[in-house]
Amino acid sequence: MTAPILSIRNLTKRFGGLTAVNKVNWDVYPGEVVALLGDNGAGKSTLIKCVSGVHQAEEGEIYFEGRLSEFAHPMDARRRGIETIYQDLALANNLDVGANIFLGREEKKLYFGGLIRTLDEQKMLREAKATLESLEIHFPSLTQPIENLSGGQRQAVAIARAIYWDARLMIMDEPTNNLGVPEQHKVLELIRRLRDQGVPVILITHTLPDVFAVSDRLMVMHRGRKVTEKKTSETDTQELVQYMVGALDDAKVQ
Amino acid sequence: MAGPESNAVADLAVAPSSGVSASRQFVLALSRLWAWAFLALMILFFVISVPILNNGTVNFLTLRNSQNILVAITPVLLLGLGQTFVIIGAGIDLSVGWVMSLASVISALAIRSAFNAGLPLFPSVIIGFLAAVAGAGFVGMINGAIIAKLKVPAFIVTLGSSFIVRGVALLMSENTTVIGLPDGIRQYGNESLFYFIRGEGGGLYFLAPPELTGEMLRRMDRILPYPVILTAIVVAIAMFVLRKTQFGRHTYAIGGNLEAALRTGIPVDRRIISLYALSAVTAGIAGFLSTLRFTAGSAVIGDPLLLSSIAAVIIGGVSLFGGAGTIVGTVIGALIIAVLTTGLVMLNVQSFWQFIVVGTVVIVAVLIDQSRGLLVGRRARSRHAM
Repeated sequence: MTAPILSIRNLTKRFGGLTAVNKVNWDVYPGEVVALLGDNGAGKSTLIKCVSGVHQAEEGEIYFEGRLSEFAHPMDARRRGIETIYQDLALANNLDVGANIFLGREEKKLYFGGLIRTLDEQKMLREAKATLESLEIHFPSLTQPIENLSGGQRQAVAIARAIYWDARLMIMDEPTNNLGVPEQHKVLELIRRLRDQGVPVILITHTLPDVFAVSDRLMVMHRGRKVTEKKTSETDTQELVQYMVGALDDAKVQ
Repeated sequence: MAGPESNAVADLAVAPSSGVSASRQFVLALSRLWAWAFLALMILFFVISVPILNNGTVNFLTLRNSQNILVAITPVLLLGLGQTFVIIGAGIDLSVGWVMSLASVISALAIRSAFNAGLPLFPSVIIGFLAAVAGAGFVGMINGAIIAKLKVPAFIVTLGSSFIVRGVALLMSENTTVIGLPDGIRQYGNESLFYFIRGEGGGLYFLAPPELTGEMLRRMDRILPYPVILTAIVVAIAMFVLRKTQFGRHTYAIGGNLEAALRTGIPVDRRIISLYALSAVTAGIAGFLSTLRFTAGSAVIGDPLLLSSIAAVIIGGVSLFGGAGTIVGTVIGALIIAVLTTGLVMLNVQSFWQFIVVGTVVIVAVLIDQSRGLLVGRRARSRHAM
């Protein structure tokens, strides 16, 4: 049995009187796609924000790659390789693919001993191309503003950016929302490809067909608690819905 | 997995989902190039109409007139250059007019005191330049710091600071023109690199014109006056910074999607402070040049130019929503305004008409920008200015 890449122990996060995440234990292993399910307000976003450094938990621990991790800031988590792709993707639509992949971390050429620094467009374009090719993503043009790209293509840019910056755990928030059906398939295919390359993916979603299409395991939350954790192949839609609405709860059964 | 699924991602290769039709391509190209086309058509119009309405005694596209237009656009263009950066970053700087005035007063006072303290002319002028840039840059940094750190809308901050700067400029100049500057500085503000004397006994001269009598003086044209050269250098630097440096890239990113800029770790606050400092510095250079040109510091020189400079930026295709625009566009915008103004005067049209025409062009320019936005399905953009 391999060691988990992410290990959450007894995590609790409160907002005033509300306990958004309640003593959650959860492991994510290398090379798997794990779905995180739950109704609105179930605590899945809060849990993820604790992992990605947006929130700091009151109790419990998060171990990432075996090390106790206390991220004070999202940048701390990113530096360790935890990349979160939110629904708005954090892309600048007025810039091209390469500029977006290198946004905030541009490659530079130095002149006169660093006195004058220019953008190294060639290098950025080259590296962007290589990363996209490794993910088998092909765009007609890498030098056009991405506002001309479709939703799925922009999703692919965001994923490529995370991969280029050496994501060791990818968290995706409703990645197929607002996409047409063919584009949804492409994004799911890309998620499988990430897994095949050894990058574990946490998929936060409402969309049950997506869960059955790509995930290996899943975890369901209800009112801040983990109500079940299963192999995807050992459950079905009906059962999951019952867990999501709170009709089923593994803790109460036992 | 076999079958159609396995190729799914490779299919992302298909061109944009909505498809770019030929007619859409045409409209897009037109919207990008319309300012050039408009400038060319306008020049053509004046080249034909000016001689006709003046019975062939006056021509529009003469050496002298072209140089006059270049001199006329320098202050508007300098204000517009900094404004271009600020607006691409989804901000606005309403203080540049009065900052230019303040810089004019500061540089006049600095040149006068330095020269009176016994410094030679050229070092005194350099001190005047540094004082203008430093004074203006200070105002810009304060503007930027309040906008970035205290999250006050740029519109409000720069509106307020323009009043403050106006008061300071009038106080420093004691509500009068700052005079008593060394006479020699006139040469920096008005002389040129080349001189061309038409007709008999004429020719092309470099740096200094020959001794001339009154009649020959009238036949002399100044080619590339020093203020135009300095402005051209600033234009080149601005193009370089916007297109080739990380600062320029971040400016586009902040204007395009502030949230993305923040989340990707761009030092947004520092960039915003630099944007307003840069805007103020180009206004400071404009103020310095006006002091050289008129051999006096004036606390009211810059204010009337503010709106023209914003008009130039907008005509040049900089989106008020931020994230789009170029320096070349702003140069074209400033040229359009100057050509319009000069041409209408040469057609003996009452000068008030120029305001009506410029105003119309501004609105048409924004309409074109918006229709382009609709065409490419531009998404709502974050905007920290208003």
